[in-house]
Amino acid sequence: MNQRSLFLKLLSAVIVFGAWQIAGLIPVSYAFPTFTESMHALYTITMDGRLFTAYAETLRPLVLGVAISAVSGIGLGLWIGLSSRFDWLFSPIFIVMQAAPLAALIPILVMAYGIGLTSKVFVVCIMAMPVIVLNTSTAVRNTPASIKEMGRSFLASDRDIILKIIIPAASPVIFSGLRLGVSAGFIGAILAELKITPTGVGDIITYSRSIADYPTMYAAIFSIIVLAVLFLNGLERLENTLFEGNNRGYVSD
Amino acid sequence: MSQTSDAFGKADPIDIDSAVSVRGVSKNYGEVEALRDLSLEFPRGQLTSLLGPSGCGKTTLLKIIAGLIPATAGEIEIDGRKVTGPGPDRAFVFQDFALLPWANVLRNVSFGLELRGVGKSEREAVAEKYIGNVGLSGFEKAYPHELSGGMRQRVGLARALSVDAQVLLLDEPFSAVDEQNRRKFQEDLLALVRNENKTFIFVTHSIEEAVYISDQIAILLPRPSRVSEIIRPTSFRGTKADNIRRSPEYLDIVDQIWASLRNYVE
Ligand SMILES: Nc1ncnc2c1ncn2[C@@H]1O[C@H](COP(=O)(O)OP(=O)(O)O)[C@@H](O)[C@H]1O
Ligand SMILES: [Mg+2]
Repeated sequence: MNQRSLFLKLLSAVIVFGAWQIAGLIPVSYAFPTFTESMHALYTITMDGRLFTAYAETLRPLVLGVAISAVSGIGLGLWIGLSSRFDWLFSPIFIVMQAAPLAALIPILVMAYGIGLTSKVFVVCIMAMPVIVLNTSTAVRNTPASIKEMGRSFLASDRDIILKIIIPAASPVIFSGLRLGVSAGFIGAILAELKITPTGVGDIITYSRSIADYPTMYAAIFSIIVLAVLFLNGLERLENTLFEGNNRGYVSD
Repeated sequence: MSQTSDAFGKADPIDIDSAVSVRGVSKNYGEVEALRDLSLEFPRGQLTSLLGPSGCGKTTLLKIIAGLIPATAGEIEIDGRKVTGPGPDRAFVFQDFALLPWANVLRNVSFGLELRGVGKSEREAVAEKYIGNVGLSGFEKAYPHELSGGMRQRVGLARALSVDAQVLLLDEPFSAVDEQNRRKFQEDLLALVRNENKTFIFVTHSIEEAVYISDQIAILLPRPSRVSEIIRPTSFRGTKADNIRRSPEYLDIVDQIWASLRNYVE
């Protein structure tokens, strides 16, 4: 079972990279390098250390923003899901936030918070938080009434009901919100570096594009994707250790 | 209004020791009047069935006794104490099992004790014992989705037994269980009533099931519900489980109940 899924993952990687290679060889555009050229560029920027200095810069707003979004997003989501008054007050804000065109908000953020870390963290949060809040609150609201009633009949306190019934019941959907939120946070971090000030990985992308060094540009983009995938896998590990019983087939691979 | 009709002229006297008393209970859900002025006594150490067509308010009455929903009027007394909410003297077995899907059998069965703050090793020892009693030894580490409907309900039963409540409330516990398992279950329940000195309140819509397992059957009529008849089978209670369904009294009571209920079934 596990071997099979590993094989399928490898197969899909081979297909995607193969298609990339072929598209680069044709080429579909003079600005589209082959897979091997990009990997070579990745090797170069890894070896000369540029990649690491870039990530030291990029990871700061990313990690900060994702951490803030996860903690306050789950907290707010729980609150909204448990209280209909809070739902009424806050849900619309996050629905609007999720639909808002971020690019249009960036100039306002820059005006308010300057071009430093704060604005970038904000961008990551705006991207990551809504889906975390909305998933959490929906999951909390959809906890089966019958198991809450069971808890009450066996003398659970309100605290027990939240900690031992609602949160575990909601955790698969909360985690899927976290996964979506983290992915969106990665997009937000890069977007912030492209739109506010070119730093970190955003700087590699902007700079190498300006000097037509497309392999390096794609190497930087590729590295972001790899990092995001690794991060999401880590999140899934965390879920499986925290909520053992959740791993019953419906957690994505 | 309750009215006691003794089935064959040899029912027990009325001044029995009752564990649970329902006095003049009414329940309205907005416009819907589910129960009206319902009174009923539940004798200690016996199994009383609430029998009636779907929608007549059986679950509502059971949940009011459990303290899960408030009555609109009237009161429930358990050993002379008024019910104001759920209590340690009652345990509930749910129609849809209400197991925690993320917890294994052992944790599900010990969940009631966990909520009471009993330590892990102690509550697991108690849970083990009842898992064995309901015939699930070896499944402690299984998750609910790996069990059949009948096994899931055994988990629900073990959970209710392990908190050692005096009154067990069972809401159509066998309705989602296949016929073979149901019969086995009914036999086990008879043994349980005999061995555990507990009061059982058992909701069912099956006439045969009610007559087979009950010391007392309260027949509820459709909304607004009240007790129309109380039947106390006597002659076959002492006989072996296998012989009950062949006893003439069993067959007569089934017929009699059907005769009084058929008017309410389209
Ligand atoms: N939460 C509720 N809100 C409104 N009506 C309800 C509610 N629960 C039950 N009822 C109504 O009360 C009546 C009795 O329901 P119930 O006690 O579940 O019956 P039974 O268990 O005998 O099938 C039904 O007509 C049902 O529609
Ligand atoms: Mg019911």
